[in-house]
Amino acid sequence: MELSTFFQQLTNALSLGSLYALIAIGYTMVYGILRLINFAHGDVFMLGAYFAFYAATSLAMPWWVAFIVAIGLTAMFGMGLERVAYRPLRDSPKISVMISAIGASFLIENVGIVVFGGRPKSFPSIPLFDTVVHLGPVSVLSVSLFIPVITAAILVALLWIVNGTKTGLAMRAVSTDLDAARLMAIDVNRTISMTFGIGSLLAGLGGIMWTMKYPQLNPLMGVMPGLKCFIAAVIGGIGNIPGAVLGGFLLGVLEIMIVAFLPELTGYRDAFAFVLLIVVLLVKPSGLLGKHQAVKV
Amino acid sequence: MKKAILVIVAIAIVASVVGCSKAETKTDANVVKFGVFEPLTGANAAGGAEELDGIRLAQELYPTVTVGGKEYKIELAIADNKSDKVEAANAGQRLVDSDKVQVVLGSWGSGLSMAAGPVFKDAQIPAIGLSCTNPLVTKDNPFYFRVCFLDPFQGTVMANYAYKDVGARKAVIIREVSNDYSVGLAKFFADSFKALTGDQGSILAELNYNTNDQDFSAQLTQVKSLKPDVIFAPGNYTESALIIKQARELGIAAPFLGGDTWEIAEFINVGKQAVEGAVMSAFFDNDAPLTPLSKVFVESYQKKYGKLPSGTAVLGFDGYLLAIDAIKRADSVDPLKIRDAVAATKDFAGAAGYVTLDANGDPIKSAVIKEVKGGKFVFKTTVAP
Repeated sequence: MELSTFFQQLTNALSLGSLYALIAIGYTMVYGILRLINFAHGDVFMLGAYFAFYAATSLAMPWWVAFIVAIGLTAMFGMGLERVAYRPLRDSPKISVMISAIGASFLIENVGIVVFGGRPKSFPSIPLFDTVVHLGPVSVLSVSLFIPVITAAILVALLWIVNGTKTGLAMRAVSTDLDAARLMAIDVNRTISMTFGIGSLLAGLGGIMWTMKYPQLNPLMGVMPGLKCFIAAVIGGIGNIPGAVLGGFLLGVLEIMIVAFLPELTGYRDAFAFVLLIVVLLVKPSGLLGKHQAVKV
Repeated sequence: MKKAILVIVAIAIVASVVGCSKAETKTDANVVKFGVFEPLTGANAAGGAEELDGIRLAQELYPTVTVGGKEYKIELAIADNKSDKVEAANAGQRLVDSDKVQVVLGSWGSGLSMAAGPVFKDAQIPAIGLSCTNPLVTKDNPFYFRVCFLDPFQGTVMANYAYKDVGARKAVIIREVSNDYSVGLAKFFADSFKALTGDQGSILAELNYNTNDQDFSAQLTQVKSLKPDVIFAPGNYTESALIIKQARELGIAAPFLGGDTWEIAEFINVGKQAVEGAVMSAFFDNDAPLTPLSKVFVESYQKKYGKLPSGTAVLGFDGYLLAIDAIKRADSVDPLKIRDAVAATKDFAGAAGYVTLDANGDPIKSAVIKEVKGGKFVFKTTVAP
């Protein structure tokens, strides 16, 4: 392989990986606080993209206004989803909440098909994101330069929120022991609602960035990215925010390198992601950066 | 407790018996049911929607069929095969079992038709494929027919175009490996192109991707290093549009050629500037009427939908008319008799040309070559077989 080709592939890998990382952060945050795998995360991601699409086309908003409105709406939707689908099951076994999450996921997808239609929609081109940048022999879409910056900014902001603010303290308390947190006068419902709001906000942002790179929307667009980013979160250690970023990058690099070095195995690209998930769960279930937690029986 | 269960079971049995008898009385004696077997959601949704538009238009123009002096109302039973091969078999089964259709129309996408083929064969219900071009759809299936040309012809047409019009001597193929249509068409193109160039190495590489993939940068970076004269990328319109867009972003300037699945509004909407100059084979052109019915179709389509017909809508229209024609010739609504009448189709004049079915149930039709120019599909030439 020529050097320029290698660098191009590396760029491809990093730009895909940073996108995975961005979406995986939201996944892992909700899990870290609530111990709930929010299977509807991918569908909230899809909604974020559609909200931005309708705000930018039907309501003719400038793109940055459309993005802010869409992200706000997605965050509100996430909080609403928590209230309707998860809060009534707060005292039920964890498995009930997970099943409810799967149900919510299917519901959103199918309502999406009815409301948005099955035919794919195309996001209008935004010159700031849709320009090709040449860095020596390597060419890259400008949005791919923004995504790692956004991912890094979000990572720093989240770490600050969780570790440096009162809300974050409440989140960590809820995560450690929900009942004890309630006894310490922490408003548990509000804290969980906040967590979902932030998680969904990140999903919305991820959905918008995804459509900037792959400008095609359909109601099932969140399924595969949702699964891939779940895998990324597990690889990094689910619940661990820097781990999600690491997992996202690893998955992106691996996917691109498989296609680049073993072209005959391209058809199994998605399968590799799932094999990786199984291997991680067998060898190091807590993930690369996750801590092993002893469970008291 | 046991008593309660017994009562519930008894009620369930009674209810199911009543339900059955109700369903039977519901079957109107003067209705013939056409099953529409199309992808209305998922990756191929736009293709299915276009064919359904064509079928609906035909139904509006020709809502009844007369058999044995009695007028039958035609009803559509629509089953969504969700662009998924597993779902396709289920959707086919549903049309056969619960909708009890007499004829099936569809599907867009050869792989979906192939998945449901055995279902129709076992149920002995004739199926008329609309734009499924893979030879295996009708092969060894006496109940599957079609109203479109086949991939061996289409592959040859595009290989000729690549060799003569583009002047290409080295080609790269990018195919959707999980899609029978794409893999088949890629093979026929490769065979013809190798024969034309007389060079076994003229296909530099065959690269794969999966349905619903969004990122093709790894494959395209390889294409860039191979420096082909032309790229043949048959596949679903959404993935193809993204492939071409990402190829242009990487600085690949070679022209892209594709098959009939590209001619759909979404291809241009998603690909925008990047798909300018993409060339594909297609079934029909609005400005090149093939039969007296072509004009009727274009005009009534425009009136009903307020836009010019595109892509495969015309084949949905033709499939519906062929089914009516066969019912009239059979003078029966019995699926087996309809099947025999469809098999005997000769010089049937559809909107997209004349159809004469051979022993396999395939017609011989000419292809149209189109190019994307100024955000539209522009007619280039017609190629006769």
